[in-house]
Amino acid sequence: MPEVAVRSHPIDTVFRTDRLPHIFCPGCGIGPALHAYGLAVLESGIPKDQHACVSGIGCTARVPGYMDLDSYHTTHGRGIPFATAIAVVKPEMMVTVFSGDGDLFGIGGNHFIHAARRNANLNVICINNFNYGMTGGQVGPTTPLGARATTAPYGNTERPFNLPYLAAATGAVFVARWTALHVRQLKAAILRAMQKKGFTFIEVLSPCPVGFGHPNDIGEGLEEVWLYRERCIVDHSANLAELEIDLRRKDTPFVMGNFVDIERAPFDPLAAIRNKGE
Amino acid sequence: MTTEERVLTGAHFIVGDHAFAEGALAAGCDFFAGYPITPSTEIAERLSRRLPAVGAIFIQMEDELGSMAALVGASLAGARAMTATSGPGFSLMQENIGLAVMMEAPCVVVNIQRGGPSTGLPTLVGQADMMQAKWGSHGDYEIVAYCPSSPQEAFDYVIKAFNTADRWRIPVFVMGDELIGHMTERLVIPPAEQIPRVERKRPRHKPGDDSFLPFLAEDEDLVPPIVHAGEGYRVNYDSLTHDEKGYPATLAEPHDRLVRRLVNKIRLHADQIMEYEEVLLDDAQVVVIAYGSTARSARRAVLTAREEGIRAGLLRLITVWPFPEDKVRKLSEQAVAFIVPEVNLGQMSRETERFTSLPVIGVNHAGGVMMAPDPILDAIREVVR
Repeated sequence: MPEVAVRSHPIDTVFRTDRLPHIFCPGCGIGPALHAYGLAVLESGIPKDQHACVSGIGCTARVPGYMDLDSYHTTHGRGIPFATAIAVVKPEMMVTVFSGDGDLFGIGGNHFIHAARRNANLNVICINNFNYGMTGGQVGPTTPLGARATTAPYGNTERPFNLPYLAAATGAVFVARWTALHVRQLKAAILRAMQKKGFTFIEVLSPCPVGFGHPNDIGEGLEEVWLYRERCIVDHSANLAELEIDLRRKDTPFVMGNFVDIERAPFDPLAAIRNKGE
Repeated sequence: MTTEERVLTGAHFIVGDHAFAEGALAAGCDFFAGYPITPSTEIAERLSRRLPAVGAIFIQMEDELGSMAALVGASLAGARAMTATSGPGFSLMQENIGLAVMMEAPCVVVNIQRGGPSTGLPTLVGQADMMQAKWGSHGDYEIVAYCPSSPQEAFDYVIKAFNTADRWRIPVFVMGDELIGHMTERLVIPPAEQIPRVERKRPRHKPGDDSFLPFLAEDEDLVPPIVHAGEGYRVNYDSLTHDEKGYPATLAEPHDRLVRRLVNKIRLHADQIMEYEEVLLDDAQVVVIAYGSTARSARRAVLTAREEGIRAGLLRLITVWPFPEDKVRKLSEQAVAFIVPEVNLGQMSRETERFTSLPVIGVNHAGGVMMAPDPILDAIREVVR
C-alpha cells in the first residue's frame, strides 16, 4: 500500500467533496479553472456564505454544483439574468456566473450584452473551449474559422466572436483572457474581478480533447494546452480588435492579459430615486 | 428612502392594469422584472414609478426570457417577485416557468391575454392562453391560475397569488385579459394591516447542520422549507432532476419521486386552493361555466334567462387551474347541459367535457371583441327549447 501523504487539500473547504468524482473528461480545462476560482474564493477574504455561483447549461455549467457555496444551475443561457436578480436583491453578495462559451454567447448572448451594458454587479467567468461540449462537439459562436465540428463537418465558415472585444465594447469594467494553463494569472484576475464593482469578464481558453481536440487533429488535452503555450503572448495593452483566434494562421499569437480595468457606476435600480431623495 | 405609501387604502376609480400593480404593492412585492408588451404595459409603467418609491426593485429586462429567469433568481434570494406580460411574452417565459417549478421558487406572473397565435391582436381581448397556462412548459407539473373578472379582483387575486405561490412554492398565474386590464372601475383597497399575508415555510435546521436535506418534504403538504441566498445554507438549486439534498440525480427512480411530489403537492391539495363563485346554481338545469371578462356577460345572460323562467345558473371559475372537477361532476346530476362561453375556440369547454357526460356547448369566438351576453343567452334558450 502506498503511503498517503495528504488526506485533504486546503481548497477542499470550498468544494462539495461528497460530489466527487466530477463529470469532466480527462484532459478537460474546466478543472484547472475551477481550481483557480476556488483559490480566489478562499483568498478573497469574503466569507463563503456571501458567495453565490450561478450557471446556465453545459459542461462548464456543472461547476457551481461542485462549489460549497450558494449554487444555482439554471436554464440554458439564463445564468446572467438569474444572477443579476440575486445581485440586486442581495447587494452584499459576491455573485459569479461560471459558464461556457455556447451558453453565454450562443443562447445567452443577449443577456450578456445587456448585463454588461447596465453594468450588473457580476463576475462572469467563461470557459471557452470553442464548441458545444456537453452535446458532443457541435460548432458554436466561438468556433474558429475552418475548425471542424460534428455539425460543421466541412469546417466552420462563420466568423467567431472575439470575446474580450465584445465584453469591452458592451461595457465591462474588467476584461481578461487567460488559458487553463495560466492558473496563477487566472486566480489573480478573478481576485481583481472580485474587487471591482460592476460587470467583469474573464475568458479562459480551455482544452476540450473530446469535442474539439480530436476532430481538429490537435490531439489530447495536453497537446491543446501545449498549442496555447507555444503561441500565447501576454500583452495587457493589446488592441482588443486583434484578439480573434484563428488556428490556421500559425504566425498569429493568442494574446492573453488583463486588458480592461476601468471604473463605471454599477447597476443599481434604485440609484435614480436615491439621488432624487438627497 | 420610502417616499410613498405601499398600500393606498381607500376607494379608487382605477384602470384594471393599475389595479394589478397596486395588488402587487399591497402584497409586499419587492421585485418586478418585465418587458413592455401590450396590453399589460401599464402594469410595468405603474410599478416603475411606485416600486422604487417604496424602496423596492423594478427592472426592465432585455426580454421575457431574462425577465422570468430574473424572477426565479430574485425569489430564491428571498424577494416576493412578479412580472406581467401578454401572450407572446408568456410564450417566452415558459422556459423559466419550468425552472421555477423545478427549483420550487415562488413567483407571480400576470398575463393580460390578447388575441393569438403569434403577434395576433396586440390591443384586443383574447382568452386563448388557458391551456398554455396549464401545459406551456415541458414536463409534468402543476401550477395555480386565477382568473379575475374585475379590477377589484385583479387587486385581490394578485395578493392571493403571492400567498399561494409562497404557500406551495410554485409559480402562480393571474390570467387577466385585455378587457379586465383596460376597464376602469371602482377599487376599494383595505387598510394595510388587513391585507392577508402567508409567509414561506422556513427550515427548522440551522445553517451548517449536515442532516438538513433542503428538498425533503417532511410535512403532509409535500412542500419543503425554503432557504434563500446568503443565509449560510449553501444549497445547490438545480434545474436537473435532483435528490433531497439538491444534488443532480438523473435516474428514473429519483425523477419519479421528485416529479410526483411536485405534481402531488398541488393535486392532493387542490380543494384548499380551488375557488369559484356559484350564481343561482341550486336548482339550475342549464349551467354556464365562465371566467374572466366573459363571466360578466355570462352573469347577464343567466339573469335574463331567469327572468324568462329558465332555470339557468353560473359557475364562475376563479381558479381555472386547479379546475373544479368535483363540482362539475356534482352539477351533472341535476343539470341537462353545460354552456361554456370563452374568447377562444374551445379550451375550458374541453376540460369540462372530461368530467361530465352531459352535452357541453361551447360559445366561442377567436378574439378581438368582448363576448356579448346575447350568444350565451341564445345557447341557454336553445337547450331548453
